[in-house]
Amino acid sequence: MTITGPEKNSPLAALFLRDIRTGRRVGGGTSLGIVFFLILVTLSAFAIGPDLLLLGKIAPAILWISGLLASLLGLDRLFQADHDDGSLDLLLLSTTPLELIVLVKCLAHWVLTGLPLAVIAPVFGLALNLPVSELWSVTLSLLAGTPALTLTGAVGAALTVSLRRGGLLFAVLILPLCVPSLIFGVAAAGASETSLVPFVTPFLILCALTLIAAVIAPVAAAAALRHASM
Amino acid sequence: MRLSASNLTIERGGRTVIANLSFELNAGTCLEVTGPNGAGKSTLLRALAGFLPLCSGAVSLSPAPQETLSQLAHYVGHADALKTLLTVTENLEFLASLLDAGLGGLPVAEALAKLGLAHAANLPVAYLSAGQKRRAALARLIAINRPIWLLDEPLTALDAGSRGLVRQIMAGHLAQGGLIIAATHAALGLKGQELRLGAAS
Repeated sequence: MTITGPEKNSPLAALFLRDIRTGRRVGGGTSLGIVFFLILVTLSAFAIGPDLLLLGKIAPAILWISGLLASLLGLDRLFQADHDDGSLDLLLLSTTPLELIVLVKCLAHWVLTGLPLAVIAPVFGLALNLPVSELWSVTLSLLAGTPALTLTGAVGAALTVSLRRGGLLFAVLILPLCVPSLIFGVAAAGASETSLVPFVTPFLILCALTLIAAVIAPVAAAAALRHASM
Repeated sequence: MRLSASNLTIERGGRTVIANLSFELNAGTCLEVTGPNGAGKSTLLRALAGFLPLCSGAVSLSPAPQETLSQLAHYVGHADALKTLLTVTENLEFLASLLDAGLGGLPVAEALAKLGLAHAANLPVAYLSAGQKRRAALARLIAINRPIWLLDEPLTALDAGSRGLVRQIMAGHLAQGGLIIAATHAALGLKGQELRLGAAS
């Protein structure tokens, strides 16, 4: 697939296109994320053993933890490449607010990593003996929940942007903040017609978490980036 | 347009790099910032671009425009700000959209041709030499019109022919009433003044 655009896009559309292009050319970023997701799911299944009943019961949790780790893959580099090659300076010279730039960069990253995970998750769910009735709830919960993970991760990526080996610090900073999304994500993914809590309750909280992250994270990340460029 | 800086003091990492620096620059002139390594040339340029906070002093433009200085300025630093995976044209088209200040500019293909890069327009930047990357970075100066150019060692890695080209482009910008502030070790030979920064204390 080639992406072509008019010669002068709006700054944000141009940024989105550029990030999608670089992400795709960096060596199959999307397919690599899906393979990583598959490996995590498979490893969990091997670790738990051939108890199909147990596997089906904890499948939402396995899918969510694997999805969480896979969607944070490469996120620590979200701003680092721009910092290293000097593009970050130019993002600051634009008339477009840095907060919006951060939001668009997160969106591009999510389209390349989070979205494919959510789409492929039901297939892996089948492999984990997830009841068919719960397949769609896994996808929906990942669709609604992974943007919050990307946005939260962007704050960590901005804070560690000038560190050479910031990967571990990034994980230590960000993973605890993913707990709320994880709790309500697994609750929504595991909800079925017979369960005590209906799907909608945790799902709405999950959506709220994503919306809150969309408001707070760009401001926090932009502040960190401005400081990093000093 | 006239740029005046008064009593600038800039710190970096808790150390005062520039103290009480004042200068004025008229439209159509170039300020060549010279001095030994570590004198604070890059620091001054980054502060003018708005990346570093000023500890004291102020930079003002007259007549006062609606935009901030950083929205009217081009900054070309040591890093070329090009994505190695994208072609030269893709890089410049992105920058043209990002930095567009509503003042027009040359079409990307024409800007590249002016810097002698027409043949490399569709090559990924990763395949370019250091001098070609430098020229691709400088091409944004004419692809997007902005009145103030902040250039950090603009002639690094360029061969004699390309240096002449870039000097010509800079002279053209001055002739149109633009301002250039350039940190440099090699004299640019442009109309303007020299600002010599002393060794860091």
